[in-house]
Amino acid sequence: MALLEVEGLVAGYGAITAVKGISLHLDEGEIVTLIGSNGAGKTTTLRAISGLIRPRQGDIRFAGRSLVGLKPHEVVAVGVAHVPEGRGIFGTLTVKENLLLGAHRRRDAGILEDLERVFALFPRLRERLGQVAGTLSGGEQQMLAIGRALMAKPRVLLLDEPSMGLAPFLVDAIFQTIVEIRAAGTPILLVEQNAAAALEIADRGYVLESGTIVLSGTGAELARNDGVRRAYLGEL
Amino acid sequence: MFLASTSFWLDQVVNGLTIGSMYALIALGYTMVYGVLKMINFAHGEVFMLGSYAGFGVLVAFGGESIAGPMVVLAIAAAFVGAALASASVSVVLERVAYRPLRNAPRLAPLITAIGASIFLQFLVLDVTGAKASFYPRIFPSGSIEVGAFRITYLQLFLVGCSVAMMLFLYIVVQRTAVGRSIRAVAENRTAASLMGIDVDRAIVTTFVLGAAMAGVAGVLWGLFFLQVRGSMGFLPGIKAFTAAVLGGIGSIPGAMVGGYFLGLAETVGREALSAIPGLNFPNEWRDVIAFSLLVLVLLFRPTGIFGELVSRRA
Ligand SMILES: Nc1ncnc2c1ncn2[C@@H]1O[C@H](COP(=O)(O)OP(=O)(O)OP(=O)(O)O)[C@@H](O)[C@H]1O
Ligand SMILES: [Mg+2]
Repeated sequence: MALLEVEGLVAGYGAITAVKGISLHLDEGEIVTLIGSNGAGKTTTLRAISGLIRPRQGDIRFAGRSLVGLKPHEVVAVGVAHVPEGRGIFGTLTVKENLLLGAHRRRDAGILEDLERVFALFPRLRERLGQVAGTLSGGEQQMLAIGRALMAKPRVLLLDEPSMGLAPFLVDAIFQTIVEIRAAGTPILLVEQNAAAALEIADRGYVLESGTIVLSGTGAELARNDGVRRAYLGEL
Repeated sequence: MFLASTSFWLDQVVNGLTIGSMYALIALGYTMVYGVLKMINFAHGEVFMLGSYAGFGVLVAFGGESIAGPMVVLAIAAAFVGAALASASVSVVLERVAYRPLRNAPRLAPLITAIGASIFLQFLVLDVTGAKASFYPRIFPSGSIEVGAFRITYLQLFLVGCSVAMMLFLYIVVQRTAVGRSIRAVAENRTAASLMGIDVDRAIVTTFVLGAAMAGVAGVLWGLFFLQVRGSMGFLPGIKAFTAAVLGGIGSIPGAMVGGYFLGLAETVGREALSAIPGLNFPNEWRDVIAFSLLVLVLLFRPTGIFGELVSRRA
């Protein structure tokens, strides 16, 4: 039994069916990427997992327990943290307040320790602690979004396009951090348009097209695949 | 008149601060609910009225006019608690039955519902009471403090002091506690807040409760000062407090406080100052005209209020 299992998921908005019956899974210790072009349904899939939208059909199970019907805050409590597309930083709150909000549901004594752990990953955040988050640079905001999600002490991390809008050297840094987070014990479901970078660090991947998974395999297999190279890696 | 005595003007300032305190307390409820829901809770004036009634009930239960000595303190404290609880309960029900079902409806829908709820509550109370006023027991010690030309009655001092203490309390809750942090997060981005593990519905209810508690206490202060309660009493203070919230910048908590005092002073000191101009005369009834003229002027020339962001951009 995989840690996170999505089975026959159908989801959408009003008359639009954005995800048309997909199945995927994520095991302990894995980085799994979900790649696909604009509008393929990647974000919709993550939103369904974290309870922001209700699946129309199919099941989502975490550690054997169905998440369908849970509210987002209940999904967080179960151990799934979601860094949304666009980061969802609270721009009027300070960096510290943002980080503490990540630990909102926790009542244990380890919060300060985890704050230190986040600073170890992102030293920049410590320097910016009292600063209003809206004034952070794009890269810093992405670090904050990821650090904040880690403050929930999640058992699974969902990342939606962490490389969006970042300079290439920052993309490298963020992906390096993703590898470190996995090494520290948190498996990651990584949604990306930057397929090259994502496949490089992913153990496995799924290719989503118009709401359907058209291909899956190990990161290396997908990176070698002709179709993937043409469509997503910018090669002819 | 223009050269009226210093003590006259100081009296006006004290009167302005007194009424402004109550506007500020009520305005906080408007601004906080606007902050999280981007909606004007027009029934908030009635929440204030019901708090005033609840406080009246508590005072009567304590013996009404016969309350004396140390019992006065206890009775007023109990009236505060009773009023805060009553106002909060009404607000929780309002949120649940009138506003939550319309959370994702177009913005006009909850606004109309709020006006409907306001009228419903007002006429419900008018009906039950036969539209008659009840009279708050006159239990607060009379007398005043005078320092030179400055004079403030004990009641006014108490009223301003309580209001400031309540606002300080609210400020600490919102700025320094986890509950306040979650309210601010919901106000900024509801979706992201839910991904933090915040129960958004609960944060919204908490916001209503805090705003209503302030309004309930304001209702008791109002009763102690004006010595009357009636079903229609929420209308004017409610709409004035709304004006104060807009003046300060709706959605801004410091804005609601500053707006409340600004409006209170404008109605009193401002009106007298205008009347002091030779050839002009604005009798007391003009204070409402002044308040609403200010509202129109602010909406025309500075819709963001003193502290606020542009409403349309926040929506
Ligand atoms: N709130 C919404 N209301 C209506 N349709 C939506 C909404 N959000 C997304 N869609 C539609 O659903 C489809 C899938 O969108 P989704 O955001 O899941 O794509 P994506 O793979 O994340 O794309 P991108 O890489 O551009 O972020 C698209 O056709 C999109 O237009
Ligand atoms: Mg997307």
